[in-house]
Amino acid sequence: MFIVHNKSIFLGVTGIIVALAIVAISVLGLPLGIDFAGGSLLEVSYSAERPEKGVVEEVLAEDIDGVFSLRGSGENGFILRTHTLTSDEHEGIFEALSLGREGEVVEERFTSIGPVIGAELREKALVAIAIVLAVIILYIAFVFRHVSETVSSWKYGLVAVVALVHDIIVPAGAFALWAHYTGAEIDTLFVMAILAILGYSVNDTIVIFDRVRENLTHNREMHSKEPFAETVGRSLSQTFARSINTSLTTLFVLGTLFFLGGVATTDFAFTLIIGIIAGAYSSLFFAAPLLVQLAGREHTEGY
Amino acid sequence: MVRTRIFALILVIAGVLLGYFVYTTNGHDERFAFRLGLDLSSGTHLIYTVDVSGVPNSEVAVALDALRDVIERRVNLFGVSEPIVQIEQGGILGSDTAQNRLIVELPGIADVTEAVALIGETPLLEFKLRRTDAGALQTLQDIENGTISPEDIVLDDIYQNTELSGRLLKHADIQFGSNQVGLSNEPIVVISFDKEGEALFGNITRDNVGEPLAIFLDGVIISEPIIQQEIRGGEAVISGNFSPQEARELIRNLNLGALPVPIQLLSSQSIGPSLGSNALTHGIEAGKYGLILISLFLIIWYRLPGLIAVGALGFYIVLMLALFKIIPVTLTAAGLAGFILSIGMAVDANILIFERIKDEVRGGTDNAERAIRQGFIRAWLPIRDGNVSSILTAVILFWFGTSLVEGFALVFGIGVAVSMVSAITITRTFLIALAPNKVRTNSIFGVRTSSHNT
Repeated sequence: MFIVHNKSIFLGVTGIIVALAIVAISVLGLPLGIDFAGGSLLEVSYSAERPEKGVVEEVLAEDIDGVFSLRGSGENGFILRTHTLTSDEHEGIFEALSLGREGEVVEERFTSIGPVIGAELREKALVAIAIVLAVIILYIAFVFRHVSETVSSWKYGLVAVVALVHDIIVPAGAFALWAHYTGAEIDTLFVMAILAILGYSVNDTIVIFDRVRENLTHNREMHSKEPFAETVGRSLSQTFARSINTSLTTLFVLGTLFFLGGVATTDFAFTLIIGIIAGAYSSLFFAAPLLVQLAGREHTEGY
Repeated sequence: MVRTRIFALILVIAGVLLGYFVYTTNGHDERFAFRLGLDLSSGTHLIYTVDVSGVPNSEVAVALDALRDVIERRVNLFGVSEPIVQIEQGGILGSDTAQNRLIVELPGIADVTEAVALIGETPLLEFKLRRTDAGALQTLQDIENGTISPEDIVLDDIYQNTELSGRLLKHADIQFGSNQVGLSNEPIVVISFDKEGEALFGNITRDNVGEPLAIFLDGVIISEPIIQQEIRGGEAVISGNFSPQEARELIRNLNLGALPVPIQLLSSQSIGPSLGSNALTHGIEAGKYGLILISLFLIIWYRLPGLIAVGALGFYIVLMLALFKIIPVTLTAAGLAGFILSIGMAVDANILIFERIKDEVRGGTDNAERAIRQGFIRAWLPIRDGNVSSILTAVILFWFGTSLVEGFALVFGIGVAVSMVSAITITRTFLIALAPNKVRTNSIFGVRTSSHNT
């Protein structure tokens, strides 16, 4: 199987992809939304055509002390993000947004989140991601315990988790780019997308490992001396098509969610699409070569 | 074979009945209508932090219950349909920052200012004694000397809490102070405490004769009478230069329920009606087209089994929608996205099974039923392992909290569990019921005879 035979190339390519994602994150940054940083978000829509963004920004600059960001929303609306507003400030800004044309502007959404909640959510998100990774490594180590004579089942868990770390760094990097161009921000939905990627992407890896597990058991029964690298390569080619297909069906629905699902879930769908592509890639081109690499010399040369 | 076919028929009927149930119970007043979260309909979501520092540890739970009751009464008075008032523990598990939170959801009220006013108008009534330590005395001295103005000091520097508060109030009444010389027309508010309050009030007045007892309303002193003697009977009189109008409002609000503990607004979210219904329409649209794409793919790639998988998927969707109604699950935009995602994942198990069946056919099994049964047995382990890790993730997501995430986690978790059952039982039944005895043409299973590894 070409992937296993050229494992250094694939491990290298994966390294470069991850490095690029990390560069994107550190250069462009991941802008925290109000869910995590605290602040207020006001979405309005105009019954007629929305006014020029520059004009609105000018008016707002008089009303808001400090930084704010204004982003177009839909065809005739704006989303305004600021520090946490008091109810007086909120009313003042809403008035300012009408630009003197009473009744033509409608408040679609107002969210105000105190810094305490934001900090708490941030901490919780990191803890949740860490727990998911830990639980998956334990679970895989547990279900693969019977094949640990060849390669310790901990290594399967470890490889699965390293692949998962790849699966979340890549969409995070892509999101940094996406945020740079669209003004999107990290919110609770982003964390959900990341956690969903963790829960989903491990499936592909498990399918391949399961084939390895089955082939190893079969080899043992047949007293076959197939090298571990060959077993992994064979398992990979046996499961290649189905791994692609399972990800493909999920990508179909995510694609429609991205294009048709409405503003609320566009960023969410974007993150998941990248994450699931990354997950499919890492299961096939990264997890298997890494498993062979980790298995060590004695297992790659003979069983 | 015959038994499987009968079972398949029963499944079809069950699916149709479920579909009928889902389709016909969507009226506004129906018990099983879909419950839409605020972001798909409209309304306000408020989070308050509850300050329980003034309440002894053993009574925090009681105070929180009382707080919920009071807010519920207040919210109900304004005729909001199906409001949610609940107490939540904030903070991370095991950290010291655990805070008590009050969550209020008001469907249909999209104006935050109005909603906050609705909750916040409830008066907070407190009774406080003057501190007698050196610092407090010094501050008082300074005020008398005019070195600092009363506005600059923190009230807590001078006053200390007693446990007596609006929490222990039984009833408030208005009286016109005809028995006091010169104040014949000034209304006074008479409040009677419950049993606990009565005892507490008795003790406080007994131990502090000659001292002032300050009465605070919403953090502002409204009167500070000197305690003349121990007061038994649990009645206190507040005279705070009220106008009759003010006194009546105070009485009404106190009787509706004074807040037992102070609360402070942490965050608020409101969503207008058009945004919510837009999100819903778009979500349904996305789900519909996603479903069409998946169905086409399955039928083209897997032929007969693909068609059966589409049927199983339809059954899965109807079953999920029925579960949403029966449990009931409040659907949010995130929950809807989770459901759409789960449609994509639900067919994964079928794909794994079909590929395994293909493996069997390629391996030389020419009896369709045997190939199918073997395929199912062999596909079970990876399906189980993959789905268990997805369900574990959903459980952790659910713990992650906040109503937004919970909606997603619940739908995602139920979806994975249900899809595992529907993919295995339903697909298997139909495959066996419909499969020909011999695999005469590989095309039925989408196996290309020329290639061994796809």
